[in-house]
Amino acid sequence: MAIDVFSELQPKDLLFLGEAALRTLEISLTAIGIGSAFGVVFGWMMSEGNRFVTFIINAILDIFRSVPLIIQLILFDSFISIAGYPLPAFVSGTIVLSVYTAALVANVARGGVEAVPASLRKASRSLGLSYWQDLRYIVWPVGLRAVFPSWIGVALSVVKDSALVSVIGYVELLKASQILITRTQDTFVILTIAGLFYFALSYPISKASDYIERRWNQ
Amino acid sequence: MDYEFLWRPVFQAFPQLLKASLVTIEVSIISMVIGLAAGLLLFFARSSGVWIARFFASVWIEVARNTPALFQLFFFKFGLGAIGIIIDSYITVVMALAFNTAGYMAETFRGGFKAIPGSQLNSARSLGMTFVQAQCYVVIPQVLRAVWHPMTNQFIWVMLLTSLGMLVGLRELSGETQFLYSKTFRAFEFFAATAIIYYCIAKLMLLLFRLIAWRLFRGQ
Repeated sequence: MAIDVFSELQPKDLLFLGEAALRTLEISLTAIGIGSAFGVVFGWMMSEGNRFVTFIINAILDIFRSVPLIIQLILFDSFISIAGYPLPAFVSGTIVLSVYTAALVANVARGGVEAVPASLRKASRSLGLSYWQDLRYIVWPVGLRAVFPSWIGVALSVVKDSALVSVIGYVELLKASQILITRTQDTFVILTIAGLFYFALSYPISKASDYIERRWNQ
Repeated sequence: MDYEFLWRPVFQAFPQLLKASLVTIEVSIISMVIGLAAGLLLFFARSSGVWIARFFASVWIEVARNTPALFQLFFFKFGLGAIGIIIDSYITVVMALAFNTAGYMAETFRGGFKAIPGSQLNSARSLGMTFVQAQCYVVIPQVLRAVWHPMTNQFIWVMLLTSLGMLVGLRELSGETQFLYSKTFRAFEFFAATAIIYYCIAKLMLLLFRLIAWRLFRGQ
């Protein structure tokens, strides 16, 4: 009796890909959320802190921008397993991706704070706003406008980079398509579906961000 | 924690790691050069009057920018493999990275050329330069300065992306590290050493680009 190793692409495989696509969204949105929150704080510290603080934070975050993400993932994964606290792939993937996102967002946020003219901030303070009020009502809205397109760019690149989390065993979209390819041998179709998903997600958002940028610059 | 760090295998394999870093640097330079040239062509194609060239360039640029680099690599490796075009890992990685870089650089060039007013080209032409002369002596040097910083970032980005080679069996720095790890099972030690080497390569490249910029653009 011959064992059927390969089988055709079935409707339930599309469901499998769809679930994997949701997992891609889940891990990237979590990482973008956590990473952006930390990134904004680091960016604020870098632009408002003294030279020493700026230098230290920048040097540390620079490490995460100068080492390939795939190496960071493997390194963290092997570190936690030798430390004796193995984590699920989703958790360790989220931690590494969040730190990576924070390192990228910190630069964007720093640019945002520095894009607010000093005269504007002095004016707000002299009108009686406290430091925190100035941050909340002046720096945040003005700075956000200046760097929103760059932030969208970072967020989209995190969605794309989340494909690398497959190396530590998280079955996201690209990994799921590889699994299906091994079974069905339908490489071309499955890879195209996976590619279309990323494209359908990323292209409209990047075009919308271009449009918003153009409109704000008018 | 009863794990004992063993750094000896890493030190013993260090020459191999350094040799593999040369492959990493080589792949990044080749991909970057091809990507730059293709990016410039894509920019011209996208702003040309021929609709088929414009369409082709747009599709390339948008696919390169809106899908993961790993997907592009898999497509070149396994997608083309499935229809019978089997390419060596080294060339596949170069193709995928050049494809990716070209898409990003085409957009960068667009910004760079937009920063140079059209009156400059016109005045160069009216001084008697041919179109090619005006581009080479007047426009492109200024564009180069405008795109220098994003180009440096892209180059370092490409260098970091060569690490994807380990997933398609290329023995560059990451691939070599994985190979050494599979022989010794010292994952943390080996990948920590590799991370340090990547950091050093990135910093050296940045320094080199700054030096070239200082040499090229001084007095401007």
